[in-house]
Amino acid sequence: MNLMKMTAIELGRKIKKREVSVTEAVTAALDAAERKEPQLNSFVTIDRDGARKQAGIVQKRLDEGEIDNPLAGVPVAVKDNMCTKGLLTTCSSKILYNFIPTYTAQAVLSLEQAGAVVIGKTNMDEFAMGSTTETSAFGETKNPWNLSHVPGGSSGGSCAAVAAGECTYALGSDTGGSIRQPSSFCGVTGLKPTYGTVSRYGLIAYGSSLDQIGPVAKDIADCAAILETIASYDKKDSTSIRRDDYKFTEALIDDVKGMKIGIPGDYFGEGLDEDVKNAVLKAAERLKEKGAIVEEFDLSLVPYAIPAYYIIACAEASSNLARFDGVKYGYRAKEYEGLHNMYKKSRSEGFGAEAKRRIMLGSFVLSSGYYDAYYLKALRTKALIKQAFDRAFEKYDVILGPTAPATAPKLGESLSDPIQMYLGDIYTISVNLAGLPAVSLPCGKDRAGLPIGLQLIGDCFQEKKIIRAAYAFEQTRNYAYSPFAEV
Amino acid sequence: MANIISDETIEYIGILAKLELSEEEKERAKKDMSEMLAYMDQLNELDTDGVEPMSHIFPVSNVFREDVVTNTDGSKDTLFNAPEKKDGGFLVPKTIGS
Repeated sequence: MNLMKMTAIELGRKIKKREVSVTEAVTAALDAAERKEPQLNSFVTIDRDGARKQAGIVQKRLDEGEIDNPLAGVPVAVKDNMCTKGLLTTCSSKILYNFIPTYTAQAVLSLEQAGAVVIGKTNMDEFAMGSTTETSAFGETKNPWNLSHVPGGSSGGSCAAVAAGECTYALGSDTGGSIRQPSSFCGVTGLKPTYGTVSRYGLIAYGSSLDQIGPVAKDIADCAAILETIASYDKKDSTSIRRDDYKFTEALIDDVKGMKIGIPGDYFGEGLDEDVKNAVLKAAERLKEKGAIVEEFDLSLVPYAIPAYYIIACAEASSNLARFDGVKYGYRAKEYEGLHNMYKKSRSEGFGAEAKRRIMLGSFVLSSGYYDAYYLKALRTKALIKQAFDRAFEKYDVILGPTAPATAPKLGESLSDPIQMYLGDIYTISVNLAGLPAVSLPCGKDRAGLPIGLQLIGDCFQEKKIIRAAYAFEQTRNYAYSPFAEV
Repeated sequence: MANIISDETIEYIGILAKLELSEEEKERAKKDMSEMLAYMDQLNELDTDGVEPMSHIFPVSNVFREDVVTNTDGSKDTLFNAPEKKDGGFLVPKTIGS
């Protein structure tokens, strides 16, 4: 019995029935990670001692009937931009190389209260800025399907770890596609909830108006169960939203009869890889065969989402990352002359190239004389993009398209041309601008054997519709949830 | 809009962003920023007259509460990660007259 091939729900069920102990489950993950890490580098930190200790505590809570969550005892990996009390949290940046939080992010705390066991912290693009996990200060993560390719990013470590069976599921964060795009590249299922659904308390901020935490798992049933556990109204997050319905697993129904699915024609134009296009359209066909009404439409404004996003995200990043100054935590330069020089040197030595690029761009678009022309223009464009989605959702329950224009690129090919790299975010980014929920799930492989992701987008608070469509599609896939690569 | 980033602009951004760039980094930043801004200028093709800038997706308003202390002294935690500390405070280089 290979415990690491099970979904979280399956493993949780075995633990509940006492067929598998929590220690066995957690040890299986730790051992798998230890074996595979030399090749993959999905983790920044593996907490063997902490996880084994926690396993004992959770087993006791289970034995005493204190917890009854389907995820109890199941090992999870957490992206390294979520604070974990007593456990190194680096954002994959040198500037936080020694940061040990004194509190735990609310989403992680909710999992722990439900009995989940955190086995470690996953690698990412520095401060979640990137699409390949190559901007990490702690080395790149490799794609488990093909070690000469990137896993995507910025939650590349979380997605690679799930795909390779180094953990059963993981948490990621998504600012412009950072859960969905690496999920697509690694052949796993990743869901970005409606903005405000999962508390951002303890998530180290990149673009606060866009950031959302979400699950990365083997299938949609796991994602729904994880989301049900981490979603909550939290007064510690001023943008947290109180929702009427948190029962996401109720939407796991194999029935899309009469569901209206729109395919944006403008997602299928120039720049889309032929294999990706075919696989995604075939998925649409499957849903149509199951009774969904599938139609093509024009979403409009698609190319404008990228410049608007980079202006807004960089502006927010320049403000959010001002707190890293060598005073309160993290890296302080060794030699400096006076306070201002200490700030400057600590930041210049501590941040990597992409973080600096975005901080500078953000500082520029917010500066006097350019604020209206760039920042306000981007916020106006965001309003138009939101309106375009509002119009689409008057007609459709779900929007279906590719997650990314292509499958995972080779290592070392992306960072030299930032604009080209940013273009890879074209299908994911507008979802963040409009605050919508969206999921990426595997729908095939390209001719090189690399996974292809199908993206399903819902209107705000309509996670259940995309979960239902994803679940119905999964029933038609001939390889169910088996994204496991030989590593 | 002129998108040629001058040396002065890069210096100014360095001050705003509190970053000290090497000559090589400055040249790279000039090139990158000029390209990015030229790319971002395509937003000018869009007519946004009369469109309100949208900061928040959802209508948000201030959330008020009574000003009651609910936490305990957290100074130990606050200082836990400080690179240098002294007498219950963050230690920084001297900033006023010697």
